Amino acid sequence: MIIDLPSTTTSRINSKLVHLREEGGAVTLGRVLNLVIVTEDGERTEEAVDAANDASREHPCRVIVVARGARQAAPRLDAQIRVGGDAGASEVIVLRIYGELAEEGASCVIPLLLPDTPVVAWWPFEAPKVPAEDPIGQLAQRRITDAASEQDPIKALEQRRAGYTPGDTDLAWTRLTTWRAMLAAALDLPPHERVTAARVTGAADSPSTDLLAAWFAAYLDIEVSRATAKFSQGMVDVHLSRPSGPVDLARPDGKVGTLTQQGQPPRRVALQRREVRDCLSEELRRLDPDEVYEEALKALGKIVRVDTASAEAQEPAEAGS
Amino acid sequence: MPLTFSAAEDWRNPLRDPRDKRLPRIAGPCGLVIFGVTGDLSRKKLMPAIYDLANRGLLPPGFGLVGFARRDWADQDFMEVVYEAVKEHARTPFRQSVWDRLAEGIRFVQGSFDDDAAFDSLAETVADLDRERGTGGNHAFYLSVPPSAFPTVVNQLKRSGLATPPEDVPGQWRRVVIEKPFGHDLASAKELNKVVNDVFPEESVFRIDHYLGKETVQNILALRFANQLYEPIWNANYVDHVQITMAEDIGLGGRAGYYDGIGAARDVIQNHLLQLLALIAMEEPVSFRPADLRAEKVKILSATRPTEPFEETSSRGQYSGGWQGGKKVPGLLEEGGFSPDSNTETFAAITAEVNTRRWAGVPFYLRTGKRLGRRVTEVAVIFKRAPHLPFDDTATEELGQNALVVRVQPDEGVTIRFGSKVPGNTMEVRDVTMDFGYGHAFTESSPEAYERLLLDVLLGEPSLFPKNDEVELSWEILDPVLEQWGRGDAPPLEKYKAGSWGPASSAEMLGRTGRHWRRP
Repeated sequence: MIIDLPSTTTSRINSKLVHLREEGGAVTLGRVLNLVIVTEDGERTEEAVDAANDASREHPCRVIVVARGARQAAPRLDAQIRVGGDAGASEVIVLRIYGELAEEGASCVIPLLLPDTPVVAWWPFEAPKVPAEDPIGQLAQRRITDAASEQDPIKALEQRRAGYTPGDTDLAWTRLTTWRAMLAAALDLPPHERVTAARVTGAADSPSTDLLAAWFAAYLDIEVSRATAKFSQGMVDVHLSRPSGPVDLARPDGKVGTLTQQGQPPRRVALQRREVRDCLSEELRRLDPDEVYEEALKALGKIVRVDTASAEAQEPAEAGS
Repeated sequence: MPLTFSAAEDWRNPLRDPRDKRLPRIAGPCGLVIFGVTGDLSRKKLMPAIYDLANRGLLPPGFGLVGFARRDWADQDFMEVVYEAVKEHARTPFRQSVWDRLAEGIRFVQGSFDDDAAFDSLAETVADLDRERGTGGNHAFYLSVPPSAFPTVVNQLKRSGLATPPEDVPGQWRRVVIEKPFGHDLASAKELNKVVNDVFPEESVFRIDHYLGKETVQNILALRFANQLYEPIWNANYVDHVQITMAEDIGLGGRAGYYDGIGAARDVIQNHLLQLLALIAMEEPVSFRPADLRAEKVKILSATRPTEPFEETSSRGQYSGGWQGGKKVPGLLEEGGFSPDSNTETFAAITAEVNTRRWAGVPFYLRTGKRLGRRVTEVAVIFKRAPHLPFDDTATEELGQNALVVRVQPDEGVTIRFGSKVPGNTMEVRDVTMDFGYGHAFTESSPEAYERLLLDVLLGEPSLFPKNDEVELSWEILDPVLEQWGRGDAPPLEKYKAGSWGPASSAEMLGRTGRHWRRP
């Protein structure tokens, strides 16, 4: 069910919600968190709402979408309430705000937050420079951004590092979970040796590649080179050198990875790029600061950028070691 | 819930940080061999669960799945069967790339359980998988076969050298997974344990009780031990009695071979209900390490006895035909495969007492049955009435006892029942409920019990599997009642109408102490 409330106020939205609950049993109880989605009003707003609806099946939540419209228009708040089949397991409140109000989104969000439940803010596209200092970011325990969907992903990641506050997280990091799990599991197996060098290859504009390289730099305490793959998207290859032979996880086509390591036949693994909804579900699973992400961000400065040619030139030397 | 893991190794993986809660535990290189792949369980639960695990990225790369059955199949045919099962029953969406990787590791071995050559060929297949797929010599054997076949299969595994990992390579494992029934009384359970333990050491034996894999059952631990609210009243001072119910609305058509002569008590009370009792009644474990958790369960089971006299504290019945849910259904005796004078009970209820300071004097009522009112499993903790009510009698006429109900299935969740004033100018108090619906929104994405349990087998994480002593203790509790029921002078088996809540004696057994069953 979709209810439009044009040119309205938050108290009218609230009373409509109470009314809906009494009338149709569309319950506001049992919601475990508030998810505030902040975006510019546009076509892509719906993509974000859909992803949130999917995630809500695992984490029933109240979704508040703050869609900021034209700044030149007269100040105005248009709301839309979606419950039942149109909202997954959540209830969605879309707030379209115009004019001066567009910069004051937090004032519209506060009255609609469920009492005593955590608040998660999500900027699916462009995010503020320091999310924790943004008025809506200040309301939230957890602030989710997505460097990969910004204009300049690598610069965005740099901003994340500069502005990191406990509770920040980025979907570029979430997309790495399967890679990280696979590589950590590979090192669980014998031979239990120290990793002596690491090289991570990915598209030039892939923030995940940078983060993975930084994660190695932080935890393996070695020099990690970050190489660029010209014709691929996202993460492409990870190469960890060990005295007895390398561990290599390559995904040239963006779908299937091949894991090669000492003492094991080469094995192929499904390693498709994760969808936003999966990432969001994972993010909502925990509400405490992610220290490991912080460590990785801090180590961004330690990675060494190499061009592809020199990365390949290293290969023969290493095989001999 | 985060149960801790038992594996403690000298090697510390630098990429693992205890604060890193995102990284899932992926099973190490391994394979799974299923005996009885043509069965229902295997098609509807095991194969889909394996795919779901693969889809969630929790299976190792190069995972091997071997089917063993009498059918004259090639690898391809078996793959087709798995494919169909996955398409139809998997919980997560089908992804070709995931399936392709999984399919590469699927093998089939044809043979019967007494066929030495078949087991030798199985051993070869397993060795091939180690070479081609890197399963690393780690294999779990899932015995989805009748218990009568256990000794043959287990001994064949021993004979063909599959049961023990090669000694020259440390760290390899072989595990065996078995399903209920774990015997039909104490003596046969001991016998079965002996057969299995002769070949597999107890730490390599995983007994599946799929109830323990359910989120709601694990949630009992969270509810009890993560909250301050319940623990102070979780004892005989406040609890009047506990009812544990597992009811099914289906009949036993087609299951005669398994069920005839076994009956409801052996089928359900011995395993599921007594495990639920243990989780509800046990003391707080010092940690969630498998050994600590088990210690508490064993303690509580060893303090549990059936309450006598059994003629008054137990009840059994058999469903007769009738109308249920708009359909005419046959009685047990008319179901195909059951002998027309079958004395098998399809409803069983017992009273148990837990002889500890916490629970002294609190009866635990356990009941289960087929063709009951509806399908439901729940644990209801019924509290004592308030010792003094400052209201007059008419005000509290409609007030029942407070209750906390853990609904295990369906509609997982927790309900609390308490009294509330009825609006109006008179003081009148009536029962209302407060409901937490775990199920409404969570279940869609929460893993199936078999997913969780299979992964735990591959990880070697034994928390959710009953051990041999738990099984034997459960039989010790149930055996005296079964004995009484089997005696010549026992009251005859009562009939109850399909779709009702059991025989009259079931209501009487609570009625004697002024209590009554909750209608679940």
